Amino acid sequence: MKTILNHTEYLTAVESLAQALLAKHPGLENTALVGVQQGGVVLGWDLVRVLRKEPGLKDLELGLLDITFYRDDFRTSILAPDRMNIPFSIEEKNVILIDDVLFTGRTIKAALDVLLDYGRPQRVELLVLADRKEHRQFPIQADYVGLTIPTTKDQKVKLVSDESGGQNLILRDS
Amino acid sequence: MQLSTRHLLGIKELTPSDISLILSTAEQFKEVLQRPVKKVPSLRDVTIVNLFYENSTRTRFSFELAQKRLSADTLNFAASSSSAAKGETLLDTVNNILSMKVDMVVIRHSATGAPHFLAQHIPAAIINAGDGINEHPTQALLDAFSIQEKFGELKGRKVALIGDILHSRVAQSNIHLLNKMGAEVVVCGPPTLIPKYIQSAWNVTVSYNLKETLEWCEVANVLRIQLERQNQVLFSSLREYRLHYGINRELLDGLPKPVTIMHPGPINRGVELDSDVADSHQSIILQQVENGVAVRMAVLYLLSNRNIA
Repeated sequence: MKTILNHTEYLTAVESLAQALLAKHPGLENTALVGVQQGGVVLGWDLVRVLRKEPGLKDLELGLLDITFYRDDFRTSILAPDRMNIPFSIEEKNVILIDDVLFTGRTIKAALDVLLDYGRPQRVELLVLADRKEHRQFPIQADYVGLTIPTTKDQKVKLVSDESGGQNLILRDS
Repeated sequence: MQLSTRHLLGIKELTPSDISLILSTAEQFKEVLQRPVKKVPSLRDVTIVNLFYENSTRTRFSFELAQKRLSADTLNFAASSSSAAKGETLLDTVNNILSMKVDMVVIRHSATGAPHFLAQHIPAAIINAGDGINEHPTQALLDAFSIQEKFGELKGRKVALIGDILHSRVAQSNIHLLNKMGAEVVVCGPPTLIPKYIQSAWNVTVSYNLKETLEWCEVANVLRIQLERQNQVLFSSLREYRLHYGINRELLDGLPKPVTIMHPGPINRGVELDSDVADSHQSIILQQVENGVAVRMAVLYLLSNRNIA
């Protein structure tokens, strides 16, 4: 197991993702944030905590999106669903989909299917902490990337919390 | 997370963690039903046949809607308009339908054990939608879901089942479920409509006094007087039944605390429940119906993977 980002480095990455987001969408005008369960929700909340310090954003919300019922590999194993909660309208909004790791692209493809059942966003962008670029199986790219990491297909990259509750991005050979 | 069974034959066959898994999955499906697009693609490659050998409105619609919301393909069978009317046996009917590649069978039958019989003989997943006077598991699950939604948890809840316990598969499924989840159960009704050894056989208390029962309970699940199953006289008249076991506004207003009223439907208005009780804010009867779709979606979803191993 290898730590790619320790907690401090993780927070720095979140900070710069927040800045990149604000640079493109000043004041997050007409913009909604939606995290993909489960890693994307963790990252999403950390991002929201940073963004709430900006003027006019203290009530910024995060939508929670769960793809369990839309998975294309569902019949090979039944998964218990996570909470889904999008407490705002996404109609005609810029929706920022947030996930911790972009790998094959299948999760994001399913997340787009879920999202469109909630309304018709004007535009959807993708924000990820880590991009495992060489393993994409769908034509999906992220608009905001924390870092790109070279990996082999069998490795696992995920966010885990340490004893103090801080997030670390780790790489595991499986 | 998996169920410990590949069929839903009765609550008797489920473990407490099966029940919790179904209820928590149903919560997520309830959220699906609030979305602008109330449909998910989970079961788009699954074919389900609904075999209803007995009449039903709520249960059949609820199952059918649950299947459509999950994107399954469905076939509907009503005994009166099928070859069963020409004398075809249950097993022949089902085998013929299965040869058309059906993955799941939802069955309601007047004979106790019909779903269990099918489960032994055919490879599809079987879901019991009511068998004779045995069980009606999805009803008990949606009742539990509705209680949990209102009170937060099932453990320690005081639930009364009132009315025709003898003929009620809803009562039996509810008793098993509430026992397994740690709720307290009182059954209340006329002595002729309560099985003789129920108190010693199952973990329930018997009461013949409606007022005392209502003073004790938090939830009163009022059962239907099953006019179609009364082949002997078990009480003298509906009017007398209403006098002793009918729930009216005056009775409820005289209680020290509000009681939540449930009913599996269809209601005999003016017999077991008066209209001003059934339609009051204390009643969660229509929420039960709404929750039924989410609970059945959860059951279908959790049982759907076993055939494609």
